[in-house]
Amino acid sequence: MITIAVSKGRILLETLPLLARAGITPVDDPHTSRKLIFETRRADVRLVVIRAADVPTFVEYGAADMGVAGKDVLMEYGGGGLYEPLDLGIARCRLMLAGPEQAVPRARRTRVATKYVETARRYFAARGEQVEIVKLYGSMELAPLVGLADLIVDLVDSGNTLRANGLRPYETIADISSRLIVNKAAMKMKHEQVKGLIAQLEAATKTQG
Amino acid sequence: MKDSRLETAPNRWVLPDGVDEYLPPEAEALERLRRELLDMFRGWGYELIIPPLIEYLESLLVGAGHDLEIETFKLIDQATGRLLGVRADMTPQAARIDAHQLMRSTPVRLCYLDSVLHTRRNGFASSRNPLQLGAELYGHAGIESDIEMLRLMVRCLRVAGLQSFHVDIGHVGIFRALAHEAGLTEGKEAILFDALQRKAKPEIEAFLADGTITERHRRMLTALVDLNGHTDVLDEARAIFKSAGREVHEALDNLRQMAAAAQCQFAAINLHYDLAELRGYRYQSGVVFAAFAPGFGQEIARGGRYDEIGRLFGRTRPATGFSTDLKTLLALAPAAPEPKQAILSPPWSDDDELRKLIRRLRAEGERVIYTLPGQAVDLAEMGCDRLIERREGRWAVVAAGGPAV
Repeated sequence: MITIAVSKGRILLETLPLLARAGITPVDDPHTSRKLIFETRRADVRLVVIRAADVPTFVEYGAADMGVAGKDVLMEYGGGGLYEPLDLGIARCRLMLAGPEQAVPRARRTRVATKYVETARRYFAARGEQVEIVKLYGSMELAPLVGLADLIVDLVDSGNTLRANGLRPYETIADISSRLIVNKAAMKMKHEQVKGLIAQLEAATKTQG
Repeated sequence: MKDSRLETAPNRWVLPDGVDEYLPPEAEALERLRRELLDMFRGWGYELIIPPLIEYLESLLVGAGHDLEIETFKLIDQATGRLLGVRADMTPQAARIDAHQLMRSTPVRLCYLDSVLHTRRNGFASSRNPLQLGAELYGHAGIESDIEMLRLMVRCLRVAGLQSFHVDIGHVGIFRALAHEAGLTEGKEAILFDALQRKAKPEIEAFLADGTITERHRRMLTALVDLNGHTDVLDEARAIFKSAGREVHEALDNLRQMAAAAQCQFAAINLHYDLAELRGYRYQSGVVFAAFAPGFGQEIARGGRYDEIGRLFGRTRPATGFSTDLKTLLALAPAAPEPKQAILSPPWSDDDELRKLIRRLRAEGERVIYTLPGQAVDLAEMGCDRLIERREGRWAVVAAGGPAV
């Protein structure tokens, strides 16, 4: 039995067609069902639907054998505890530094609002800049407007939310897409099944273009 | 507003996160396993060492990577002002003992089983105070001693009662030689190493496509990521690395020998080869191996060759070894049978007959507990299922609530 962890929302939406090409279709509709575990048409594969930030934890500790996680989540999670053999090329966006349309000069240390605390810390450290990081769980764009922070580090897709709030992107920190991740022990102990699935998903990514 | 269900004041009975203790009956099961394993090591000719819990930090970190430094608790020695470390790994201690205390010219086999401390958890639900159990063999550079280590690790898991487990085998020399041939700088080698540990194929391909590495080396380095599976990967590797240097071929020869020995000696174990698995890359120098158990997402034991450490202690000695955590083994072992219940005796007295009976029972391996005057008696809570009672003028062991046995 192979368990694949996927997060609700855009990743689930874009992963299901790839899985379908490998013959994996959930029996119930994961978009509407309240279930957390989904049997699929393949007797040897099941899906678990969890929060995006939890996917690496489930996979690293073997609660799921494989998973689909955004590169943003993996960068933040860190460590070498997982295999990332395949770029699925879905849920593409950019992790960006953004701020007010007109940069405001300030005398104190720059404050940055983000939910990607570790990634932001590494990014500013590489630039040689000492900043103060404010951890938020959502609505990052609000922080500069109400004086909670000067800049934000967040995922940007079309940039519409930024513009609507008088912000603009300054710099791309990383191009983001979803990766297939694999538990290290599963790769060894369920080698045939796991390698087979990776090959099928790789083929599916390619035909999708 | 105060919610009485949530702790508000610091309390005195909570242990720090990741720090565990063993209570009855698990503590006894742990101790039993400890004795069995040490007896097994003894039978294999591995001599027990008991190094100190603390020593100078630099001795503990010899040849080790950055991770071990972070993992080690540090304190200042009041007598010298030097930094001491609480060991997080006993391997460097064993290497120090071999190089500087024993100084033998023949191969030395050492084993150890003791507490180590980690500043942080190494993984999910892992202990910060594991009981590290390991064996090291110094003074022989051949693959035969690596094979002995692998056999000993497998034996150790079997003694602990683990039935089905997988063994993963690799060789750090292949990546090291290829990176050297390709002319990678230390910084680039570290980036590639990191990506290989995650088998992040897209990242590896992008990284190697920067134009500074020849097509031939690019092909060989990229191939590493997919060279994992059964013995056929060794043949595949032979073909792919045809044009590589002598070191790569020697490493493949070593793996072949190890595979042949493993296949005939433990046919029931699933063997897996992975040429991109470089655990302990910084101090390992040859074959590396690890064991995995079903339902446990991380390795349970690991080992391999590390010829460099002795040189850092001033005496170059080839070395190979393995280590594991006794607590992990106990957790994965099948549940031990319920320990035999004890016998409750009346309070001690000058009665010679009673004392003799108790001495005989204890010599036979029974546990006999004296009742204390005035104590509350609850046989279940005291773990007793038999009593000593006076029957027909003699002391006899009777089942609780039943006839004499």
